[in-house]
Amino acid sequence: MFLLAAVLLLQSAAEPPVDWDKEFGVEEKVRDPVTGEFPIEPYVRDNHNAGAKPFEGSAMADAFGGREGIRRIADRTVDLSEADARIAAIFASHDMVRLKRTLFEQFCYILNAGCDYSGRDMAASHKDLGVQTRDMNALVENLQQAMREQGVAFSAQNRFLSKLAPMSRDVITR
Amino acid sequence: MDQLAFPALGILGFACACGLSPSAHAQDVDILDGGKLLLTNGISTIEGTSGGGLATWGTIAGRETDAGVGLSGHATLVELPDYGWTSYGTSVGLFDRVELSYAHQNLDTRDVGTALGLGKGYTLDQDVFAAKLRVAGDLVYGDPMLPQIAIGIEHKRSRDAAVVKAVGAAESKGTDFTLSATKLFLSYSLLVNATARLTKANQGGLLGFGSAANPDYAMQFEGSVAYQPFRRAVIGAEYRTKPDNLAIAREDDWWDVFAAYAVTRNLTVTVAYVDLGSIATFDDQRGGLLSAQLAF
Repeated sequence: MFLLAAVLLLQSAAEPPVDWDKEFGVEEKVRDPVTGEFPIEPYVRDNHNAGAKPFEGSAMADAFGGREGIRRIADRTVDLSEADARIAAIFASHDMVRLKRTLFEQFCYILNAGCDYSGRDMAASHKDLGVQTRDMNALVENLQQAMREQGVAFSAQNRFLSKLAPMSRDVITR
Repeated sequence: MDQLAFPALGILGFACACGLSPSAHAQDVDILDGGKLLLTNGISTIEGTSGGGLATWGTIAGRETDAGVGLSGHATLVELPDYGWTSYGTSVGLFDRVELSYAHQNLDTRDVGTALGLGKGYTLDQDVFAAKLRVAGDLVYGDPMLPQIAIGIEHKRSRDAAVVKAVGAAESKGTDFTLSATKLFLSYSLLVNATARLTKANQGGLLGFGSAANPDYAMQFEGSVAYQPFRRAVIGAEYRTKPDNLAIAREDDWWDVFAAYAVTRNLTVTVAYVDLGSIATFDDQRGGLLSAQLAF
């Protein structure tokens, strides 16, 4: 009995549990305590990364209910897309906290509602997502629903989409 | 007698779970992906192609994207003062790239049939087999100034060879070639289409193709402008020029104003006021068009 216990002890002493994360070089990502976002590789911040020239004047920002309206629309678009069986998989390993912030900033910047865009450019931010045309269409439908719920006039919705549609060249990768 | 008692051999192994194993999750392949944006498959023309009712567009039928296959079917009635015109057909869209379609047209001549000596209610019938290939651009995405460009071929076969020859047509079969450019200008909620068509068709082919005096192809134009006031609706106008080959009857250009409504993702209903001008000596053929399209 004693012998068996000694053998077990020896074994566990000789073979400590394998740290698989270390074996495979996985670093645990920790959310920033202030922003709640995961850290990201450094990149140059520039409003050009938003991928479109902003509207002039305040008409579009007003049509979207100002910054508060834009924030609700960006958040709602992300929530709808995360729950959308057609495209949920694309967001499965995504930092949704960061996405909501950068999407809001991008919308707010393009709608000329007084924001700077601090995210990456469209090519870099969609590089490994494997987005297809049907995925972009699904996202557009979710954005349309979010804008509709926010009471944005349809003509203003389309004007906004006219800024986003050309981004397909960087967003759709397969 | 000493009988050897053979040990009973257990029959083993055949009772294992050799039936169908629970199917592995089938790969998520949606052939009919149905992912096209609402109304961007256009509506079915009377020739069965995707377009705006009378004019063919650069759009591809069906609700598929470049990752799937789409299907579409239509039935259209055109009620005119002296004629009843119907068209029904079906089309397949492949990867939002290729469109293959078939339509059957039926022109009920009603009392005109009597006047023309064909008999009351004589119907002129033709079949239209068409193919369209999208060669460049995107209706919605990409370069905002680059339209979706498609080339098309429409082979038309009149089922009334004797009649169309009798009215002076050179042939009862003909083939149209189309080149279409279509773009949705989102900033104005406006779709614009321009199509060039090489054709010999008299009244779209219902009165045959060419004539003794005009046997050759002529270049014709189809233009459409459509405004989307809200997500499910489109209102627009179209103009389509036509050759005037036959000696016995003048032929006019066509135009229409239309309203299309996407009742669901799959069902689009279109109503239009159409002016088809003079048909077989009967002038002022203005009336209503009603069309239903079911698309997947």
